[in-house]
Amino acid sequence: MLLVSPTAVYVLLLLAAPLAAVFAFSFWTQDFLTIDRTLTLNNYREAFSDPIYRTLMGRSLLISGVVTLVTVVLAFPIAYFVSFYVEPSRKALWIFLITIPFWTSYLLRVFLWKVILGFNGVINSGLLSLGLIDEPITFILYNANAVVITLAHAFAPFTILPIYVALEKIDRSLLEASRDLGESRMTTFFRVTLPLAMPGVVAATLIVFIPTIGDYVTPRLVGGPNGLMIANMIQTQFLKLNNAPMGATLAVLAMCAVTAISLIFVFFNRRYLR
Amino acid sequence: MRGGWLRIYAITYLVFLYLPVILLPMFAFNDGTVMAFPLKGFTTQWFVQLAGIEALHGALLNSVFIATITATLSVLLGICAARASTRFRFPFKAPIMGAIMVPLVLPEIIVAVSLLVVVVQVLDLPLSAWTVIAGHTLICTPFAIAILSSAFQGLDQSFEEAAIDLGETRWGAFRNIILPLVAPGIIASFLICFTISLDEFIIAFFLTGAEPTLPVYIWGQLRFPTKIPAVMALGTLMLLASLIILSVAEFYRRRGVARVGGNDSGGFL
Repeated sequence: MLLVSPTAVYVLLLLAAPLAAVFAFSFWTQDFLTIDRTLTLNNYREAFSDPIYRTLMGRSLLISGVVTLVTVVLAFPIAYFVSFYVEPSRKALWIFLITIPFWTSYLLRVFLWKVILGFNGVINSGLLSLGLIDEPITFILYNANAVVITLAHAFAPFTILPIYVALEKIDRSLLEASRDLGESRMTTFFRVTLPLAMPGVVAATLIVFIPTIGDYVTPRLVGGPNGLMIANMIQTQFLKLNNAPMGATLAVLAMCAVTAISLIFVFFNRRYLR
Repeated sequence: MRGGWLRIYAITYLVFLYLPVILLPMFAFNDGTVMAFPLKGFTTQWFVQLAGIEALHGALLNSVFIATITATLSVLLGICAARASTRFRFPFKAPIMGAIMVPLVLPEIIVAVSLLVVVVQVLDLPLSAWTVIAGHTLICTPFAIAILSSAFQGLDQSFEEAAIDLGETRWGAFRNIILPLVAPGIIASFLICFTISLDEFIIAFFLTGAEPTLPVYIWGQLRFPTKIPAVMALGTLMLLASLIILSVAEFYRRRGVARVGGNDSGGFL
């Protein structure tokens, strides 16, 4: 008990207390530089009635949801491949290969996606020189599509690893038993493998969905005006408009929305998690 | 060749993963300021240019300072928590450990904003390298705990009991028996925390004082098209440094697993 206390106290002081402060701020208001400490719900009223905040919040949740879906669906076959088809001695190498790109500077990775997706970027110049298109395609940069592609790349290792770990834990004799009892490969996958891998899929989903909502860099660099998300507004409120209480309100609302959606998701998958 | 279609898909996916990583050195050695194809010619001038930028050197030193302190604190806090959770039972263990691991999934902007509120509005302190360290330690500690827990978990309790039976004190047994056995895990977690802190942007962006960290400096440079090639060169060097640090970390982690006699299930993260 004594041993865990330094770490617990650190978390309490630097996480729990600050979160409580943000929560308190969301009920206060700011008039230029002085904070008015009378409790009020005005910030929340404004957050719910102003269409800017509503649009940003809705878009953030939508983008996070799509990113999560795309990332998990793309990552599952990879985890499955490494776990079931790669020889045991080479699994560590594959995992290492998958994680290396993740250690490139995050900022530069996002910036390079801008270069790849841009007007005369890699994709457009490649397609032009192959003669597949006559003029550069523009629907892949400075919009929500670009944000989805970039974030699906950024979170790839975070989804592959939990699913891989879950797949590795599956007792292979269960699959043989299923085949012996007359199931086809397809039905074995859907009735045995997938349900047993669900804890990994649920973990991967949460690991992508929760941080994505707070991503600031990607929407700012590749999102354009219609790809901005709630984190950009939180940053604007705190650092540019100097309205900490409104920023705190938006942060609290974003946290509540994410937590609620995550809980609902876990609730619907509860039978796999026992 | 097993898993025909799946193998083709896996290789395509790896190409997708490596696309930006391959472009980084390509543009770093490209003799032109426009980031587009076709490439112009080979040059090392952007790397030479890096040596002359004073602001960059300051940012680099600042980042290394922050990363070193952060890694040290995270490993110390990580040792406490990992040791407590693997060796002892205490009341409210699950909720306490859960709370400690929360920063792993919390959006970084929430951590950044909440610390900013406390430091600036409540405590009225100036922002500095130390505020960044406070934030980085918070997000690095869970990573340290994850790596150290597996190191502590593999330990045979009888080693420690034998040492105490033979007259060592509790602290002596910990220092002479446990620490050497988990040393590889400590080194690995230190290096991982160091790398995470070095690359972290959002928290540093909110909490940094007058002296920027390396990622905050890079963020400022991305607005100027003429500065981009030098940033690409810098990125290439940072990628090399990360790879070296991580290879060393992986080497120690594997040695640690071998030392306590566990079997390797393939890499962290």
